[in-house]
Amino acid sequence: MKHWFPVVLVLIVGLALTPVHAATPKNTLVMAWQFDDIITLDPAEIFEFSAAEYAGNAYDRLIGYDVTDVSTIYGVVAESWQVDSDGKTYTFKIRQGIKFASGNPLTAEDVAFSLQRTVTLDKSPAFILGQFGFTAANVRDRIKATGPYTVVLQTDKTYAPTFVLYCLTATVGSVVDKQTVMAHEVDGDLGHAWLRTHHAGSGPFKLNQWKPSELLMLDANADYWDGAPAMKRVIIRHIPEQATQQLLVEKGDIDIARNLGPDQIKGLQGNDAVRIKSSPKGGIFYLGLNQKHPALKKPQVRQALKYLVDYDGIAETILKGAMVPHQAFLPKGFLGALEDKPFALDPDRAKKLLAEAGYPEGLTLTMDTRNNFPTLDMAQAIQSTFAMGGVKLEIIPMDGKQALTKYRARNHEIYIGRWGPDYQDPHTNADTFARNVDNSDDAKAKPLAWRNAWDIPEMSRQTDAAARESDPDKRARMYLEIQREHQEVSPFVIMFQEIEVAAERANVKNFILGPAFDSNFYRHVTK
Amino acid sequence: MGSDARQPARGRHAWRWGRKIATLALSVALTFLGLLFVTFLIGRVVPIDPVLAAVGDRAPAEVYERVRVELGLHLPLYQQFFVYLAKVVQGDLGHSVLTANPVTKDILRVFPATLELATAATFFGVLLGIPMGVMAAVHQGRWPDQILRVVGLFGYSIPVFWLGLMGLLLFYGRLDWAPGPGRLDVFYEGLITPVTGVILIDSAMAGEWEIFRNALAHIVLPAAILGYFSLAYISRMTRSFMLEQFNQEYITTARVKGASERSVIWRHALGNVRIPLVTVIALSYGNLLEGSVLTETVFAWPGLGLYLTHSLLSADMNAVLGGTIVVGAVFIGINLLSDVLYRVMDPRAR
Repeated sequence: MKHWFPVVLVLIVGLALTPVHAATPKNTLVMAWQFDDIITLDPAEIFEFSAAEYAGNAYDRLIGYDVTDVSTIYGVVAESWQVDSDGKTYTFKIRQGIKFASGNPLTAEDVAFSLQRTVTLDKSPAFILGQFGFTAANVRDRIKATGPYTVVLQTDKTYAPTFVLYCLTATVGSVVDKQTVMAHEVDGDLGHAWLRTHHAGSGPFKLNQWKPSELLMLDANADYWDGAPAMKRVIIRHIPEQATQQLLVEKGDIDIARNLGPDQIKGLQGNDAVRIKSSPKGGIFYLGLNQKHPALKKPQVRQALKYLVDYDGIAETILKGAMVPHQAFLPKGFLGALEDKPFALDPDRAKKLLAEAGYPEGLTLTMDTRNNFPTLDMAQAIQSTFAMGGVKLEIIPMDGKQALTKYRARNHEIYIGRWGPDYQDPHTNADTFARNVDNSDDAKAKPLAWRNAWDIPEMSRQTDAAARESDPDKRARMYLEIQREHQEVSPFVIMFQEIEVAAERANVKNFILGPAFDSNFYRHVTK
Repeated sequence: MGSDARQPARGRHAWRWGRKIATLALSVALTFLGLLFVTFLIGRVVPIDPVLAAVGDRAPAEVYERVRVELGLHLPLYQQFFVYLAKVVQGDLGHSVLTANPVTKDILRVFPATLELATAATFFGVLLGIPMGVMAAVHQGRWPDQILRVVGLFGYSIPVFWLGLMGLLLFYGRLDWAPGPGRLDVFYEGLITPVTGVILIDSAMAGEWEIFRNALAHIVLPAAILGYFSLAYISRMTRSFMLEQFNQEYITTARVKGASERSVIWRHALGNVRIPLVTVIALSYGNLLEGSVLTETVFAWPGLGLYLTHSLLSADMNAVLGGTIVVGAVFIGINLLSDVLYRVMDPRAR
C-alpha cells in the first residue's frame, strides 16, 4: 500500500506504450454495424434487416433484381423461366455449375427442397410463398424438380407474374444445400435447429462465425460461380454506439461504419479520408390513427392532422438526409409508386377542418412513441406543429417492443411507426396499408389497416385485384389509383421514406447499398 | 484411550458444522427461489409481448399462435413458473429466443467478458482508492483532502457514458495511446479458442503473448473508467473509516509510545480499517460484476450488462432469468467470500 505511486506510474507507462494500430488488412473488409436484431441465420426464418443482409451475401436466390432499377429482374440460380398460358405454372431452368460451400453441386432438387422447406417449417416469412396457395400439405406436389435442372412451381390462382417473381427475390427464395442440411436433421426439423447458427449456401461468402451482438465473420467462397470476391474475409463487429462507430472509421480501424446519425454524418463532412454514401430504402415512417377513437374516426380530423406535420422542416432540420418526405404507401422505386405530395404544413386549413368536425377549440390526443432516434425527435417536432392547429399532443415514450405490443392490441390513439416492405413487389405494402378483410378483434390477419381499425371492404377488393393483374402497366395504374384515394381518406399520415447512410474509407470501392436490406452486397468490394 | 474420550466432542463439532452448512444451503436456495420468482413475475408483468422477439412483427396469426404455445405462454402464470423451475433444477436454463443458443452457452460467452473487465476495474479502484483515502484522512481539511474530494466527486457525478466517450476521443482518437473499442483488435478476432473465456488468461495459457498484450491494451481504458467509480467510492469510505480510527485512544497511545507516524497510519489505523474495507470492496466488485451497460455500450464490450438489457427489452425471459441466476450467484459468492475474509482477518470472529 505504501508504494502506490510506482503502481500509478506503471499504469500510465503501460497505457503510453500501447502499440499504435495499423490500417485494416488489404484483403479484409472490416465493418462496424448494429446487428443485435439477428435472431437466426436460417433463410427460411430470417425476417430481420441484418440477417437479411447476411443471407443476401451468403446465399444465392432464384432471382435477383437490378439494384439501380428494381423493375429489372434477372435470373441468378434460375437461368431462365417461363410462365404457362394459364398463368399458374412457372418453369425454371436451373443454372449448371453452381457449387455449395460444402462442395456439393446445386441442382433442381436443392431448389425445390429449399422452397418446400420454407413452406413446411412455416416460420415468420413463410407467408411470402404461402400467399400463392402453398401449404405444408400440398407443397411437395406444387413445387417439384421435374429434371436434374428443371423446377416447376404451380400457384393456386392466377397472379401477376411480377408478383410471384419478386417474391422469389426475397430471402425465402435462398437455395440451401439439401444434403448438408438434412445431415443435421433432428426430429424432422429439416435441419432448422442447426441452420439457425450455421451456413449451407452457395453465395459469394460463407459463414466463419457468428457471436450474437458481438461478431459476424464471413469468408470468401473462392469457387463462387460468378467470380470469387476480392475480399478474402469480412469482419463485422457489433458496435452499439454511433459516436464510437464514427471514431473508428475516422481512425481507419474499420473500413465502413453502418449506423451513423445526422450528428456523426455532419462530423465526417469535410474529412477527405471518409466518403458518405446513401441509398433510398423501402422503409416508410407514418402516423397510425386508431379508428376506434371517436375523434380520429372523423374524416376531417384525419385530414386536418395531415396538414399539421411540417414534412420539409423535419426532413431538413432533424433527419438531415436520413429520410426524404414521401406521402404514399408505396416507396419510390416500386412499381406504381405515387410521388405526389399534396400535404404541407397549413395550420389555418387544419383549424377549419377541425371546426367542421366539431372541435373548434381543438382536442387532446396521445401518441405512443419509441424512445429512439429519430422517432422521438420527429414526435417532438410533430407535437409543436399539432399545437399550431390547436391539437394538444401528449407523447408517451416507450421501448420498441412495448409500443408494438400496445399497437398490436389496438390500444393506442396515435402510433408513430416505421414500416419496411417484405419483398420488392407493391403488394407487400398494399397488403398491409390498404387491405383489411376482417376488422373484428380476433381477426386472423393483423395488417396495419387492422391495427388502426380501418374497415375497408372496397379498397381490400381493389388491392386483391391489383395483385392478380398480369399486365404490368395496368397493374401500376391500379396501384396509383388506390394510393391517391388512400392518401386522402386513410388514417395513415405517411411522412417519410428512409435513406440508408454509410460512411466508408476513401479507398473502399464498390460496396453496394441496394434498395432493400437483403441487397447490400460485399462481393464487388475492393480496396 | 485419548481418542475415545474426544469422540463425542468431535461428533458435536461435526454436527454443528453440518447444521451450519445446511442452514446456509437452505438460505441460498430460498434466496434463489425468491430472486427467480420476482424476476419471473416482473418479466411477465412488463407490457412487452415475448412472442414478438421470437417471430417478429410481421408473422401471420397462425405462426404467432403456434410459437406462443411453444413458449408455454398459454399456460397460467404459476404453471409457467413451475415448468421453468423444474427445468432449472435439472440444470436446463432453456434457450434464448434472441440468439438461438442455450442460455448457458450465451452466459458462458458474455460473463467472462464482464468478469475480466470488473476485476481489472476493481484492481484499479483498490490500488488507487485506498492510498487516496488514507492521504485524504491524514491531510483532513487541507488541500490534498480537497483535491481528492473533487476527484471523488467527479467519479460519483460524471455520467460514465460521457466519460467513456471522452476517454476514447482523447486517448484513442487524439493521442493514440489506447486502442479502439472491443476486447481485441479486429485481426486477432477468432484466433484464440476460448477456454475460460477470459482473453487475458486464455492467451497467456496458449502462450500467445502478442494477443495477450493486445487484450491488455484494450482493457486498460474501459477498466480505468469503470474503476474510477469504485475508486471514488472506496477512497471516500477509506477516508471516513480512517478518520474514525484517528479519534480512538489506541492511536494516541501508539503516538505517545513513540511509534513513527508512518507506522501509526499504515499499520495501526489501516490495520483495523481493512476489515470494514473488505465489505466495501466486495460490494463494489459485486456491482461491477452485474455488468455495466453503459461502459459496455461505449466500448463495444460484449458483456453481461448488454446481454441482460437487450434480453429484458425483448422480454426474452429465459435469458433474463439465466442472467439473474448468475448475478445472484455472484452476489452470494462474494458475500460468502467476504465472510470468510472477515474470519481470517478479525481474530474476534474466529
